[in-house]
Amino acid sequence: MASIELRNIRKSFGAVNVIKGVDLEVRKGEFMVFVGPSGCGKSTLLRLISGLEDITSGEMLFDGKVVNALTPSKRGIAMVFQSYALYPHMTVYENMAFGLKLEKGNSKEAIRERVEKAADMLQIRQYLDRLPKQLSGGQRQRVAIGRAITRDPKVFLFDEPLSNLDAALRVATRIEIAKLHEGMHDVTMIYVTHDQVEAMTLADRICVLRDGLVEQVGTPMELYEKPDSIFVAGFIGSPKMNFLTGEKAEAFKCATLGVRGEHMLVKPDGIWEGEVIHTENLGADTYVYLEMGQEEPIVVRLEGAMQHPSGSKLRVSPMEDRVHRFDEAGKPIR
Amino acid sequence: MGATFDYWKLTKTVLFYALVLVIVVVSVFPFYYAILTSLKSGTDLFRVTYWPTSISFDNFRQVFSQGAFPRNLLNSVFVASVTVILALFLAVTASFALSRVRFRGRGLLLMTILAVSMFPQIAVLAGLFEVIRFLGIYNTPWALIFAYTIFTLPFTVWVLTTFMRDLPVEIEEAAIVDGATPWVIITQVFMPLMWPALVTTGLLAFIAAWNEFLFALTFTVSNETRTVPVAIALLSGGSQYEIPWGIIMAASVVVTVPLVALVLVFQRKIVSGLTAGGVKG
Repeated sequence: MASIELRNIRKSFGAVNVIKGVDLEVRKGEFMVFVGPSGCGKSTLLRLISGLEDITSGEMLFDGKVVNALTPSKRGIAMVFQSYALYPHMTVYENMAFGLKLEKGNSKEAIRERVEKAADMLQIRQYLDRLPKQLSGGQRQRVAIGRAITRDPKVFLFDEPLSNLDAALRVATRIEIAKLHEGMHDVTMIYVTHDQVEAMTLADRICVLRDGLVEQVGTPMELYEKPDSIFVAGFIGSPKMNFLTGEKAEAFKCATLGVRGEHMLVKPDGIWEGEVIHTENLGADTYVYLEMGQEEPIVVRLEGAMQHPSGSKLRVSPMEDRVHRFDEAGKPIR
Repeated sequence: MGATFDYWKLTKTVLFYALVLVIVVVSVFPFYYAILTSLKSGTDLFRVTYWPTSISFDNFRQVFSQGAFPRNLLNSVFVASVTVILALFLAVTASFALSRVRFRGRGLLLMTILAVSMFPQIAVLAGLFEVIRFLGIYNTPWALIFAYTIFTLPFTVWVLTTFMRDLPVEIEEAAIVDGATPWVIITQVFMPLMWPALVTTGLLAFIAAWNEFLFALTFTVSNETRTVPVAIALLSGGSQYEIPWGIIMAASVVVTVPLVALVLVFQRKIVSGLTAGGVKG
C-alpha cells in the first residue's frame, strides 16, 4: 500500500530526452494504466518508478518520502516483465522463493507458506517442481506474477505483461489480473500497455502519455467522453474516432469535429452523404467505411449484421450531443 | 538409373568414411605410438612395430619410483587447478562489469585485454621474470600460476563477456527487483546459466596450464617445484648418452590421462540451451 507522487520527473539518455517533466499522482490501491504509442516513454516511466533506471531530475515520492536513491527492492516494488524473465535454471518454486530467500529473516516454513499461498491464488501449485522451459507461455506469465505476489509488494508494476500471449490467453489473463487487483485492493498497481482495450478494461485511471509528457489522466470513461485533446480522442476507443475538417467542421463552429463511429446514425435525412468503400462484419457489429472527401474514410459502427454493398451511397448524421469539437490547437471547445 | 544412383551414393559414403579414417588415424597415431612405446622394454624400443608384441609395465613403475616425478605431477595438478579457479573468478567478475556496466573506455579496455594475448610468450619472458623476482615468488608454484593466469585471462574474459552479453537483461533486472546484489546476481543467477561457457574456458585454461613448457622451465629451478612437462624433458637415463624413451613415453601417457578424463567428464556437463524457457520463445 503506497501512494506515489512524481514531481517534474525528467529522464535523458545522453542527449535524448525521453521523459520531459512528468507530474503525476498515483493514489493508494489504485490501478493506474500508462498507455501511449510506442516510443512515448511509458516503459521508461515505469522503470523510473521501479528504480531500474536513475532519474535525471525531479522527485519521486512513495508515501511522501523521496525514493530517488533507493534500490528497487528497498522501494517495496515487484515487477512483471514482458518477457517473463524467469530464472531458467530454477524450478517454479525456487523462482518464486528467490526474493524471499534474499530477504533476511524469513524461515524456510514461512517462505514455503507464502509461495504456496501465491501458487494457490494463481492455480500453479501443480507446477511448483517444474522448470520454466516445461511450461507454456500463459503458465510462465502466471509464475512471473506469482513471483511478484510472494514478495508482498507495496507497488505492483506490469510492463506489457500480455503482449507475448495469444489473443484468447490475453483475454483470460486480463480478467485474472483484474481479479488479482480486486483481491489485493490495498496494493497500488501500475500497468504499461499500448493496447487501449487493456487500458479501458483494467484501469481505475488511465494516464495517456505522448512524447515524454502526460497528455491526460482520468478514469476510462472520462477519457472516452471528455478527451482533453485530439490525440487522446483518437487514441482511446475502438474503432478510432472520426475527425472531420473543412466545411463539415465549420458547420459546428470548430476546426476539427470528432465523432465516434458508434455515435453516427444512418438515416435518410442525414446531414452527410458518403460512398461505402468497405464493410467489416464482426457479427455483433458492422463497421462501414464511408468516403466523404476527408483525409481518412469515416467509420460508422452499426449494431448487428448489416449489408451495405460497396459503391452504394449512405446518409448519416452525428448524434448532436456526442460530438467533440476541437480548435486549431487541437484543444476541445466545451 | 536406380542402380547407378545407388553406386554414387555408396561411393560417397565410402569416401566419407575413408576421410574420417584418415583424420582419426593422423590425429590419434602419435598418442597410440606413445602408449605402444611405453609398454616396451629393453632393446624392443628400437624395433618399429605397430602392434603390441609384449606388454610390460616396467617403464611406468620406473617413472613413479624415479626422483621427483610424483611430486611434479602434484605440482602440475596444483598449478593448473589454481590457475583455472583464479582465472575463472577474475574473468567472471570482469566480464560482468564489461558486459553489464556502462562506463567510459569499456571498448578500449576490452581491446587492451585482447592485445595482451597477442604477445608471444618469449617476448614477455624477461619482463615477467623481473616481476616474479620482484614479487619474491621465483621458483614457487605461484610464479607459474601468476604467469599462466595472465595468459589465460584475455581469452577467458572475452569468451565470458560475449556469453554474458547474450544473457537476457530482464533476468538480471528481475533479480535486482528481487533484491539481489551484483554478487548474488553473478553467483546465483548468471553462473548457473554460464556453465557451458565456464566449463569450456576452464577446460582450455587447464590444458594450457598443464602442458605449458617455456614458463615452467624458466620460473622454476629445483626438481621439487617443476611441473610435469619440464620434468619429462629433463628425465635422464643411465648415462648422458642414453635417452630413456620408454620412461619418457610412460610419463607422457600418465600426464595425458587426466586431460582425457577431464574432457570426458565435463563433456556431459556441457548442456546447451540452458536459457531456454526463461524468457519468451
